[in-house]
Amino acid sequence: MGNTSSMLTQYDIEEVQEHCNHTFSQQEIVSLYQRFCQLDRNGGGFISAEEFLSVPEFAVNPLSQRLLRMLDGLNFKEFVAFLSAFSSRATLQQKVEFIFKVYDSDGNGKVTFSDMLEVLRDLSGQFISEQQREQVLIHVLEEAGYTKNSLLGLSDFMKILGNTGLKMEVEVPVD
Amino acid sequence: MNSSSEIQNHKLSSELDLDLDFEFDQPCGKLRLRDLLDISPTLTEASGAIIDDSFTRCFKSNPPEPWNWNVYLFPLWCLGVVIRYLFLFPARVLILTFGWIIFLSSYIPVHFLLKGHDKLRKKFERYLVELICSFFVASWTGVVKYHGPRPSRRPKQVFVANHTSMIDFIVLEQMTAFAVIMQKHPGWVGLLQSTILESVGCIWFNRTEVKDREILTKKLRDHVQGTENNPLLIFPEGTCVNNNYTVMFKKGGAFELDCTVCPIAIKYNKIFVDAFWNSRKQSFTKHLLRLMTSWAVVCDVWYLEPQNIKPGETAIEFAERVRDIISVRAGLKKVPWDGLLKYTRPSPKHRELKQQRFSESILRRLEEK
Repeated sequence: MGNTSSMLTQYDIEEVQEHCNHTFSQQEIVSLYQRFCQLDRNGGGFISAEEFLSVPEFAVNPLSQRLLRMLDGLNFKEFVAFLSAFSSRATLQQKVEFIFKVYDSDGNGKVTFSDMLEVLRDLSGQFISEQQREQVLIHVLEEAGYTKNSLLGLSDFMKILGNTGLKMEVEVPVD
Repeated sequence: MNSSSEIQNHKLSSELDLDLDFEFDQPCGKLRLRDLLDISPTLTEASGAIIDDSFTRCFKSNPPEPWNWNVYLFPLWCLGVVIRYLFLFPARVLILTFGWIIFLSSYIPVHFLLKGHDKLRKKFERYLVELICSFFVASWTGVVKYHGPRPSRRPKQVFVANHTSMIDFIVLEQMTAFAVIMQKHPGWVGLLQSTILESVGCIWFNRTEVKDREILTKKLRDHVQGTENNPLLIFPEGTCVNNNYTVMFKKGGAFELDCTVCPIAIKYNKIFVDAFWNSRKQSFTKHLLRLMTSWAVVCDVWYLEPQNIKPGETAIEFAERVRDIISVRAGLKKVPWDGLLKYTRPSPKHRELKQQRFSESILRRLEEK
């Protein structure tokens, strides 16, 4: 797949579709490619952090730095795979997996207390004291049957988030 | 539900020019682990922004759909290209050159010979600037329809318009010699700015200098008070937008001067040419050349009813109200972003507002049993 060409062949589209487990239709992939090229201003074949942050709506998001770490250096195929959790065709399992990956920053399959604390810190900023944050987290963890030292795996996340009716969908505009 | 934190929230967000959060149901009930771990709304907002965002849409120029794709239409299109490049373009260059000759041969004598008679000189210079702008407009075969009462020369009023390209200025200047506030440009445009535009009265600013603002506001205030000065034209968006949307109007400048604001709406007809000047993609020269090799530049200009700040209205609210009036008239969609974000990052205040809302929700639910 050419990095600088702005045309996708049918083979390219099918390859990307395979890679994202058919969560996007071919038309959506074409739209996403147009968007990818629009954001990748210097035509490097991937979208740099600068280029992501030039979208003001993304830059003001509290989790933007965490997401940037996951988005760093992705080519188009991987970019689509990244976004696949937000498709209407994605399963609940895929959505929970995505959330898990956001928490599990070192990618070892376990989410620790400090991982959860970090995300909470990103979301609340200076408006909750560090001490209060820890207290709140310990409180809800213990209530759910975990402790401060528990390591949560993907199955734990499925159990906790699995039946909350997770709403995590973005529509890809198709011309 | 007017607790003090609600009032504080409102104050913070109205200072912040925009209120971005999409409305989702305020969660309630006792705080559980799943509520803390469920970051899906924030993630959805982030990916929504990645996939499509309203800011980037403002600066997208849609390439025209090629319609010359069959045996019948293609020769017609070729004929059109020939006519446009080999007949229209040279004719237009001639007209423009002719116009410049007339202008310079009248302007230079007037400028020097009438040095003592300022009032008369200014009158002539105004007329000449209007003339050269008409020549410019003719060089793109501009068809401009003006609606509404023509701007009058009175003190204590300022004109604001939406901004699509530098030619907005020329289109408006053709009818009335406005004084304008502009970013200084390099090259031949800069030369024009420092010589001819000086005569109609121009105020320079530098986008990147923040201290500039106070000096600028003072200059504007002085200009607007003076009875002899040309009416002032300001483009409050601060940047060129693609004529489908409007970005936030800056409150500083036009809306804080204690004077009447007269809105002007400009809408270009895209069938003939896309007049949006994407300053990141092409120089002004290329932009002009594109205009000169297209069929015509067709646009509507509406001079709208003058507005005054209402009692109790803040400058931001005033600016938004005027933006509303212009957007409705020209059929443009409003977008809650500051045009300067093209060059800078958003202020951390926006993220902080989101964080504050989140924190308050968490702490509130913690109290609930």
